[in-house]
Amino acid sequence: MNRDLSTRGLGRRRAMGSLGTGLALFCATLAAAALLAILGYVVVQGIGAINWSFLTQLPHPVGVPGGGVGNGILGSLIIIGTATLMAVPIGLLTGIYLALFGRGPVPEALRFLSDVLSGVPSIAIGLFAYAVLVAPLKHFSAFSASFGFMMLMLPLLVRTSEQAIRSVPQTVREGALALGMSNFRATVSIVLPTAMPAIITALLLAIARVTGETAPLLFTAFGSQFWESNPGNPMAELSLQVFTYAISPYPSWQSQAWGGALLLIVAVFVLSLGARLFLRRAMQGSGT
Amino acid sequence: MSPADRGFAAVVYLGSSLFAILIIGLFVELVLGSWPSIVKFGPAFIFSSSWDPINSKFGALPMIYGTVVTSLIAIILASFIGIMAAVFLSDFAPRWLGQPLSFLIELLAAVPSVVYGLWGLFVLSPFVRTAVGPALQKVFGWTPLFSGPIYGVGLLTAGIILALMIVPTVTAISRDVIAAIPRDLREASMALGTTKWETAIRVVLPAARIGIFGACILALGRALGETIAVTMVIGNRPEISASLFAPSYTLASVIANEFTEATTNIYISALIELGLILFFVSMIVNGLARVMIWSVRGSERT
Repeated sequence: MNRDLSTRGLGRRRAMGSLGTGLALFCATLAAAALLAILGYVVVQGIGAINWSFLTQLPHPVGVPGGGVGNGILGSLIIIGTATLMAVPIGLLTGIYLALFGRGPVPEALRFLSDVLSGVPSIAIGLFAYAVLVAPLKHFSAFSASFGFMMLMLPLLVRTSEQAIRSVPQTVREGALALGMSNFRATVSIVLPTAMPAIITALLLAIARVTGETAPLLFTAFGSQFWESNPGNPMAELSLQVFTYAISPYPSWQSQAWGGALLLIVAVFVLSLGARLFLRRAMQGSGT
Repeated sequence: MSPADRGFAAVVYLGSSLFAILIIGLFVELVLGSWPSIVKFGPAFIFSSSWDPINSKFGALPMIYGTVVTSLIAIILASFIGIMAAVFLSDFAPRWLGQPLSFLIELLAAVPSVVYGLWGLFVLSPFVRTAVGPALQKVFGWTPLFSGPIYGVGLLTAGIILALMIVPTVTAISRDVIAAIPRDLREASMALGTTKWETAIRVVLPAARIGIFGACILALGRALGETIAVTMVIGNRPEISASLFAPSYTLASVIANEFTEATTNIYISALIELGLILFFVSMIVNGLARVMIWSVRGSERT
């Protein structure tokens, strides 16, 4: 009787299964195909725009052919480099604090704040950088952009360094202390090096994230037509240039936007893949 | 404690206090910056639909509407595609297919926002104007949602771009949550004679529903705050229209588009208040998502 029930319509149920599996396969392929479509289009449109002068020259005014995004590339390096230099110590110290002294209401509140920060849209962080560093000084600056990027990098750095330091076995730490090391020495020369691969992976991902970020730059770095290396001044930045060129009505600028987009994608993918490989190698290396 | 230890502790406290001050400062500055607007317009700011910088009249309703509608389109598309993809990747895909597909979908998350915007502007929006839009209008044109002229840029295009951007979030977290469902459950179900598909849809998905719901809410949080790509394809017009083909504005895109042009103090303040609204909404949405995902994955922080 039961067998009867379960085999009745089995053909239809199997067909439903195949149909459903097909639909699921279709959805997974669709998402992957979207990536390939975007990637393919950017490569095809962008590769023609990229040459030596595109990478090294200043933008030309509309109507003058040629010109490049050299100042934007330099600006990206300066802005992101400065952001990284500020984010690493604050992130690492907060991670150490949470991992080593991290019980009670104060660390819990700090974790909560960090989680909140990780969900704040980048445009709101840009407003903060504007309010603190642009409005009082009355001019846009690359440093204010670095400040905003630092805020975007911090939550990931804090969370990962806390977890990485926590995951270093207590016995390793105690061993170091038993040999007469101070808490400070044990942390700096034993615990941190062990936790380092995970922290560097997170750092690479955080850098990748801000490399693709444009919104907060609109009213912090602002952009520039010149070679600028003083962080106190407005500065060009690659993703900002892509945005400006993309929404411009000039075909020559639009084609440069594709070139810049290709550079951005390559940079972000290299960073993400680098992080992935680094993590894999680090995990194999520790292999215990 | 040795002097070195005391110094070490002091530096660590200093660094983490700085971190706390930055986040609290973010909130305080947003409130301070919005204050003139909050005082002048009061709660009516949220319900007023006039955005008229020339006469210094500001209301957030068109932007709230645009943000909600684009995010809804995005989450509807992305949750269906993302959950189906996650089911396939976790329960059906052979290794040789599952790994490259997962990899490609995860890379989708790394594509910079401005590149999505560029692609949306030059590839997707002409496609919506010439193919998707007319097709939808032919079938559903009798509803106000799909009536009116099709510009290419507008709510629908922005929603589709956002969907692409958040699909990786839905897929990756759902896949992890589904993979964490005990094997016993699947085996018990199969032993009762269900097909693999019935097991996946009627047993595994319901067991993972809270975590998957959390993944969707987290993705929604990303969609709400996304700026540059949306700014490039939404058409930037502070109007409320029923049609999904109409140009609109979101909270984030109006800030991106108008902040550097804002000349009066009240204009700047109104824009910052939009940022403050965005801050609160993202905080609530993200908090909700985290609680849901934790409840499934245990106390492991995501």
